[in-house]
Amino acid sequence: MSSERLTLVVGDEELLVDRAIGDVVAAARAREDEVEVHELTPASLAPAALAELTSPSLFGGGRVVVLRSAQDCGKDLAAEIGRYAANPADDIDFVVVHAGGAKGKALLDALTKAGARKVTCQKITRPGDRVAFVRAEVRRAGGSIGEDAARTLLDAVGTDLRELASACSQLVADTGGKISDEAVARYHRGRAEVSGFTVADRAVEGRLAEALEQLRWALATGVAPVLITSALAQGVRSLAKVGGAPRGLRGAGLAKELGMPPWKIDRVRAQLRGWEPAGVARALQGVAETDAQVKGGGADPAYALEKAIAQIVAARAGR
Amino acid sequence: MTVYDELVGQEPVIEQLRAAAAAGAEALAGTGGGGMTHAWLFTGPPGSGRSVAARAFAAALLCPDQGCGHCASCHQVLSGSHADVEVVRPAGLSYGVRETRELVLRAASSPTGGRWRIVLFEDADRSTEQAANALLKAIEEPPARTVWLLCAPSPDDLVVTIRSRCRLVTLRTPPARAVAEVLVLREGIDPDVAAAAARAAQGHVGRAKRLATDEQARRRRAEVLAVPGRLSGVGPAVEAAEALVKAAEAEAKELGASLDAEETAAMRQALGESAKGRMPRGTAGALKELEDRQKSRTTRMKRDALDRALLDLASYYRDLLVVQLGAGVDLVNADRERELRSVSGPPEATLRRLEAIMVCRERLGANVNPQLAVEAMAMALRTG
Repeated sequence: MSSERLTLVVGDEELLVDRAIGDVVAAARAREDEVEVHELTPASLAPAALAELTSPSLFGGGRVVVLRSAQDCGKDLAAEIGRYAANPADDIDFVVVHAGGAKGKALLDALTKAGARKVTCQKITRPGDRVAFVRAEVRRAGGSIGEDAARTLLDAVGTDLRELASACSQLVADTGGKISDEAVARYHRGRAEVSGFTVADRAVEGRLAEALEQLRWALATGVAPVLITSALAQGVRSLAKVGGAPRGLRGAGLAKELGMPPWKIDRVRAQLRGWEPAGVARALQGVAETDAQVKGGGADPAYALEKAIAQIVAARAGR
Repeated sequence: MTVYDELVGQEPVIEQLRAAAAAGAEALAGTGGGGMTHAWLFTGPPGSGRSVAARAFAAALLCPDQGCGHCASCHQVLSGSHADVEVVRPAGLSYGVRETRELVLRAASSPTGGRWRIVLFEDADRSTEQAANALLKAIEEPPARTVWLLCAPSPDDLVVTIRSRCRLVTLRTPPARAVAEVLVLREGIDPDVAAAAARAAQGHVGRAKRLATDEQARRRRAEVLAVPGRLSGVGPAVEAAEALVKAAEAEAKELGASLDAEETAAMRQALGESAKGRMPRGTAGALKELEDRQKSRTTRMKRDALDRALLDLASYYRDLLVVQLGAGVDLVNADRERELRSVSGPPEATLRRLEAIMVCRERLGANVNPQLAVEAMAMALRTG
């Protein structure tokens, strides 16, 4: 009658899920010499088969039963798992992987109530969490990395956790532990992910060379040209909106009037330096023409985008 | 009362169709009938009543009195339930070759009522090239009693091989006076309102009716016409553009939502929805397909609504040009004459603005982001 060998993995970040399962298997292997691992999905599992898998073995040895995508369990199977969880076997590790969310929530609740050990593996979405992940990864591999270096690595590798994890262990192996900014720069160059907004920001700030560089990166990493034009349009449109806002408004009132968050307004204000209304109008017209070019009106979307950026920068300079 | 009552301001066409229907009756009786033929192409600007004319002609051909408007046959044709009239109305973006072949097969059967078998093809310009070729075979060697009535905005919208085998019926843009008269007589609308609506709709009968009866539509149009006055700077111009796009979206949503809800309810019922609102297994695909179709229709409606707004805007600058050049023609927006006279600037700038509106319409047709296209237009309207 123990629930400590019952594990509930909640979340859909594959790498972390696999690690949680790996931990359970490793613990089982540490206890016993021979461990059988059964990986199951609801589709391949009939309710009766579960009873068979979880009954004691004649030959001894440990056993790990992993049920993946448990959120897809049918009613009967979920009830069966619930019954097992209320009265689990002592010598079997049972791992249930649930994607989280509302689907199959009854099973989740039943297992939590039965006292299953819960491991959360949510997708990492915030940049700060990603930096923390990289640093933890490096520590795990036995090295250390500063925050700036971690950020550089993130810029270069992207947001896929698997790739980040392997990059971390590779860096630790290559540098012998201490990972500095220079070490990251030696092995990783360029940018993995450039969004259209970065391109647009550089363009409206009038930094032609940087904007073009970012554009090439964005196109090379598979950002759709249409997204870049829409980002350019949004950038120039914000200039027009903030630039043409009534003089008396400030703070929250202005944010409401323009339909933009205050921090965005501050940023656009900074970008607005050096722009004239006529220039904004010209830039907007240029972007509209570019959208037509990108959507089949021109031969080469990449050229159309480069031209648009050049036009925006020129419009800013008032030429 | 006759079947031609619904046609507004198209007297020459009515004459032509009357003569043809008489000739058709003669042909049936076996006494001449040289004025009748098997394929007709109705062309004219949107809203002039192409399909109305075609339907009236179909009724006249099938009526023993050549279009009395009150016999059973006339009623059936006008309400769309006559067994010998098949109405084809392409709802999607195009009409394919497979559907056309099936249509040709059906069209070849004999008329059940002993007079004519009629296929009324609305928006025939939406048939694909292959579909047009399949249609051509049927029109080239017609069964004795089958009549094709094709509708398209202009003869150039159909391939030349089909065009050359059809007799052309050209509808004109109905004069504003005729449209207003109809609104007064049939809808009981105040003559002044009717006259204004008819002028504003520029010959589009359905739109005139909407403008005359729907307060919302009038308000929307007034907002569009207020746009030129709002272009005081780059910021306000961007806002005006946003308002234009949002208004068009709201209009499309309003029109589409009720249509969608009705269709979805009918589909769910047809697929066997239970009393609790649960759907049987395997029906999700069909519902999804319907949803996709509705979505593409809503997109189309949005685009159409925006295009209507742009045409209204163009009418403003057209009037401005009339005033600037001192041309002796009626203004579309006569109620704004004073405002128009107070606008200064050379007619060249007005022409450039009109050009910008047309460029915007082209861009919308090319799937450019509507907001962006309209913004670019607003910039051009501001500077001229």
